[in-house]
Amino acid sequence: MNPLLRKFPLMRNCKEVTALVVAREDRELPATERVALRVHMAMCKACPVFERQMLIMRNAMKQWRHYGESD
Amino acid sequence: MSANNFEQQLVAQRDYLMRFARLQLRNEAWAEDTVSETLLAALAKPQAFEGRSQLKTWLVGILKHKIIDSLRVRQREVVLDTDPEDDSFDPLEHMAFKADGHFAQRPADWGNPEQDLSSRQFMAVLDACTEKLPPMQARLFLMREWLELSSDEICKELGLTATNLYVQLHRARLRLRECLELNWFASR
Repeated sequence: MNPLLRKFPLMRNCKEVTALVVAREDRELPATERVALRVHMAMCKACPVFERQMLIMRNAMKQWRHYGESD
Repeated sequence: MSANNFEQQLVAQRDYLMRFARLQLRNEAWAEDTVSETLLAALAKPQAFEGRSQLKTWLVGILKHKIIDSLRVRQREVVLDTDPEDDSFDPLEHMAFKADGHFAQRPADWGNPEQDLSSRQFMAVLDACTEKLPPMQARLFLMREWLELSSDEICKELGLTATNLYVQLHRARLRLRECLELNWFASR
């Protein structure tokens, strides 16, 4: 990434965004981080794929909680 | 329903309850205790079950309360039980990032597995991956995902700082992600 862009306060790299996407499962992100996340997602092709993995996991845990209850 | 019949039905659920108790508590004796307490509590108030359709759901509800009590009482043991190796291991550092922090390769597309997620095979993999988490991470992760406690509640029950909790949950989630990828999504 252009080092000048890096200085812009809302710029995050994939590694930072990945950590935010994971953290979001357990805590509310501060407003700045939420915006930074949206900005990054809009211009990254890799991070939305990771985000989708986390959503699938969230869904999986929901199924898991109730698995076997009704037999 | 006769008292004997009710007792038999309760005992028949023991294995089902033990599966959750073991995963959540990571300690055989604690698990045995909470399941026994659950069955005794259920036996003492069969009228509380009247009118409910799912015995399992009712019992799991009681078990969750017993487990929270157990975790609270043993809070020091619950959070001190860390492997020094896990203490410094951040799975994020082992993902494919370039030096500038961007993905070296795009994460795998897991597709649209909504149907598969409720299959017996997937549940077995998810169970196995959860079992593989280090004990403290597993306990905290399941307090979020099975007991459905908020992060604040977990910190309060266990006398844990938020920072410590978030570090452990971050690691647990990334480990689980990797395990599911290796054992399920990559082999589909």
